[in-house]
Amino acid sequence: MKRLVLSIGIVVGLGFATGRAVAQDHAAATTLKECGACHMAFPPQLLPARSWKKIMTGLSDHFGENADLAEPARAEITAYLVAHAADAPGTANGRLFLRGVDPSAVPLRITQMPFWKAAHSEVPAREFKSAQVKSAANCLACHRSGGGGEGREGGENE
Amino acid sequence: MRCCPVKRLHLLAALGAVLLASAGAARADPARDAILAQLAAEAKQADSGFSGFSAQRGGAFWHATHGGGKPDTPACITCHTRDPRAQGQTRAGKTIQPMAVSKTPDRFTDPAKVEKWFGRNCKTVLGRPCTAVEKGDVITYLSGQ
Repeated sequence: MKRLVLSIGIVVGLGFATGRAVAQDHAAATTLKECGACHMAFPPQLLPARSWKKIMTGLSDHFGENADLAEPARAEITAYLVAHAADAPGTANGRLFLRGVDPSAVPLRITQMPFWKAAHSEVPAREFKSAQVKSAANCLACHRSGGGGEGREGGENE
Repeated sequence: MRCCPVKRLHLLAALGAVLLASAGAARADPARDAILAQLAAEAKQADSGFSGFSAQRGGAFWHATHGGGKPDTPACITCHTRDPRAQGQTRAGKTIQPMAVSKTPDRFTDPAKVEKWFGRNCKTVLGRPCTAVEKGDVITYLSGQ
């Protein structure tokens, strides 16, 4: 009997864990597809949760463009970004990205974050405006190494 | 009965024109046809005099500077470029695959995707939703490109 209960417990527990992992994978894929349609799907740990919430409730004017997104995709992406934000409990090294950010401030641009500015202080402004780069939001124009935390392109217009 | 060679030539030319037209204007795809049929029904409902979509009108719309929307994006060609067969670029620098159906055959075959992108881009470029006629004209134009 004891063994049966234990077995059931393990099976149910594994089921929950797998279910969560599948949901996370789905949310990650949705984020990659939808955000990545216009720009690199930026790693969520680069902004605090309050920033992602604000961005995801203001998609009608998303840095000068309408990026309206229907439910449930919008809510799913918001939850994913918040769960992996710089100040989310499970985010390793998240504090590094929040250095110098006022706790009451809600930064909306990664390129306005102190860590980003410090890391790019030696890059001339004209580099970001060049035809190949076009925007400082185009990380992959320079960071082409892929893998290791460089973010992924994603998108549905490939 | 003798048939005049000129007449036969005319017949051949007409047949050729029909073939060319069907190859150029209507790259048939059941999903795209269904989207166009739905838009045509909406257009008819808004205006009983609606008499079909026009690739020519769609082309003019594609190349026009509209304004009324966000200042950085006054036209379709701001991001998609003048040539629908060429790749475009988003304002964030990401490549957009060509909108021409000859280059990207699955364009306008997913109703949700069509609705999403016209929904966004019409507000961004024109500051208002596009009409069913505008959407159908543009799809018709790009289907022949």
